[in-house]
Amino acid sequence: MNSFWTGWISFIVLGSIFGCAWLLWATRKSQKFHTETEETMGHSFDGIEEYDNPMPKWWLYLFMATIVFGLFYLFLYPGLGSYKGYLGWSSAGQWENEVADAKAIYDPLYAELAATPIEELVKNEDAITMGKRLFLNNCAVCHGSAAHGGFGFPNLTDNDWLYGGAPEKIKETITNGRNAAMPAWEAIVGTEGVTELANYVRSLSGQQNIDAEKAEAGAKLFQANCVACHGTDAKGNQAVGAPNLTDSTWLYGGTQQAVEMTLKSGRNGVMPTFKKTLGDERIHLVATYVYSLSKQTQKSE
Amino acid sequence: MNTASANETYNYKVVRQFAIMTVVWGVVGMAVGVLIAAQLVWPELNTHYPWFHFGRLRPLHTNAVIFAFGGCALFATSYYVVQRTSQARLFSDGLAAFTFWGWQAVIVAAAITLPLGYTTSKEYAELEWPIDILITLVWVSYALVFFGTIAKRKMKHIYVANWFFGAFILTVAVLHIGNSMAIPVSAMKSYSVYAGAIDAMVQWWYGHNAVGFFLTAGFLGMMYYFVPKQAERPVYSYRLSIVHFWALISIYVWAGAHHLHYSALPDWAQSAGMVMSLILLAPSWGGMINGMMTLSGAWHKLRTDPVLRFLVVSLSFYGMSTFEGPMMSIKTVNALSHNTDWTIGHVHSGALGWVAMISIGALYHLIPRLYGLKSMYSTNLVNVHFWLATIGTVLYIAAMWVNGIMQGLMWRAVNADGTLQYTFVQALKASYPGYTVRVLGGAVFLTGMLIMAYNVYRTVRQRDAVADDAAAVPQTA
Repeated sequence: MNSFWTGWISFIVLGSIFGCAWLLWATRKSQKFHTETEETMGHSFDGIEEYDNPMPKWWLYLFMATIVFGLFYLFLYPGLGSYKGYLGWSSAGQWENEVADAKAIYDPLYAELAATPIEELVKNEDAITMGKRLFLNNCAVCHGSAAHGGFGFPNLTDNDWLYGGAPEKIKETITNGRNAAMPAWEAIVGTEGVTELANYVRSLSGQQNIDAEKAEAGAKLFQANCVACHGTDAKGNQAVGAPNLTDSTWLYGGTQQAVEMTLKSGRNGVMPTFKKTLGDERIHLVATYVYSLSKQTQKSE
Repeated sequence: MNTASANETYNYKVVRQFAIMTVVWGVVGMAVGVLIAAQLVWPELNTHYPWFHFGRLRPLHTNAVIFAFGGCALFATSYYVVQRTSQARLFSDGLAAFTFWGWQAVIVAAAITLPLGYTTSKEYAELEWPIDILITLVWVSYALVFFGTIAKRKMKHIYVANWFFGAFILTVAVLHIGNSMAIPVSAMKSYSVYAGAIDAMVQWWYGHNAVGFFLTAGFLGMMYYFVPKQAERPVYSYRLSIVHFWALISIYVWAGAHHLHYSALPDWAQSAGMVMSLILLAPSWGGMINGMMTLSGAWHKLRTDPVLRFLVVSLSFYGMSTFEGPMMSIKTVNALSHNTDWTIGHVHSGALGWVAMISIGALYHLIPRLYGLKSMYSTNLVNVHFWLATIGTVLYIAAMWVNGIMQGLMWRAVNADGTLQYTFVQALKASYPGYTVRVLGGAVFLTGMLIMAYNVYRTVRQRDAVADDAAAVPQTA
């Protein structure tokens, strides 16, 4: 900010404040009475008269006190253009200080935990709790408080993984995010082809109500178009995030209509990157928590 | 001057029109408010029709209560007060009629376009550019009528109520035009000419002064006429009114920056906004003191006059919310209160407690006089309305204070490991009881408005009977 604007801002800020102070002083000086009287100003508007009473003293002092406080504040803190204030405070500086304080307290704690491999750390109840807290504040919006997911958001407790459930794979997913790319097939295989493919895909997981004829035609289309990602056995490929189509886990629904919709328009699920939001050490803890969820499922199985 | 000759001299027609529409829009705007409050308790009320979703109805509620209800109340009272205290008929009946029909057109346009999703997304200035132009035309006409009438006045001095009305009209014109500057890209879409932090600052310069000039200065004008008139007492201190008037209007325009604490707004603007908000405390209280002290010597009237009760309680809420506002503008307090329901509680202690109550009190004084009657159809119903309005307001703001402070504390609570103690959804869940109490408070307040509508209807009907009686008397004179 150049000195013109600093001067202008200072002029109008201080001008407003001193203007008020002058107004108080001048009015007080010109007051005829110093206590309440029955004297009016002598005018009447639609029968309304006005007393010539002085301003209440306590109110006057309150006004002056706020003016003194205001001027003192503007001396201590930035308020007059580029003047930094006596204390040198800035909101960015305050934030940096608070972050530095927090780092000093928490960093050693996280550094220690991050140094432990996830397979080890998963036995540490405190680490799981910390990971869960981070999960609830960062991940639960999509994956749910119990990590059961929802339409388009994977369930993280079922031990069924799109990109792999090994600790380092989970970490990779959280750190860099994932961009799923199921293309739209209607333009290529046609509307009838979509229906046939959907019948075939549903038959793979042993669903009922399959049109056998269409499923057979779908099988041919599948081998021609889908195996590159989903594999000849349709068991998927974690390297590209292609789901296993032979199980009963459906990210976007497993009904004929839902599968057709997926085939027609494609799906582009996005897992955002948390590299900047959380940082490596906290991601380590979230990954530990997520890993622990599937561990529990494995145990109960 | 007796009433009969006054009716010949003054244009009461436009005052009557605005007064009746104040009641109508009050009922509509507050009913939408109760509906959206209920949507926050029962989300199923957001039906699959997009037009009735919370996000579209919320600006409809704010526009309806501020500009339709509050606006009509200000038009009605300012036209009444400026004529009576200047002893002059309105400057132009034609322009005055245009302000009435133009303003109603703006309101109807808002009620159609906002649910359809047309919005500039600027709070309290959501209406798109064609409607903004109509508002400008109406407002310029309003200024001509008002100041033209002042110019015609029969006395040397201008009464204090008219200073406030005048400041409100002028400043709102500047604010509306300044903030609504936009480049249209189609019939119902435009982009603000400002960008980034400047756009935010212009928006809150406007937004806070919509409160400061529309909802404060304008209604102080109302207060300065109806309080002394209803109490039949002189105004407490002329000198106090001078000081608090000039201080209020010069300081208020600075306060908007407190809406943007800890944001991308430069630090100097935030600090200046906070300092000015604090200095605003005394000028704001000047109006409360002058109103309250006007009643000294007339306190006994509160026992029998529910209209005066409305006026006095509105001043109490005014004093309370203008204390709360400067406190909330302090950065440290704002760090807790910002984005919580506390803000909504603060707004409603002003909107229900101050703006609505003073308008209702003024209307109960005004309506019988506009129709040549001595009093409302039922004073008992006025009293019932008073208690419903007071209880409704207290329920509403208490619920939002509790919610707001709880949310602020829950959001900032941190575990020993630096993680947040509560998730957002936990704070939301904890807010449910408060949301329910809010619906209840709003419904109680709305019930009072419905009773008022009935009472006004019966009063106006009574006037018809009076007119019929008068016509039935043989003209012997």
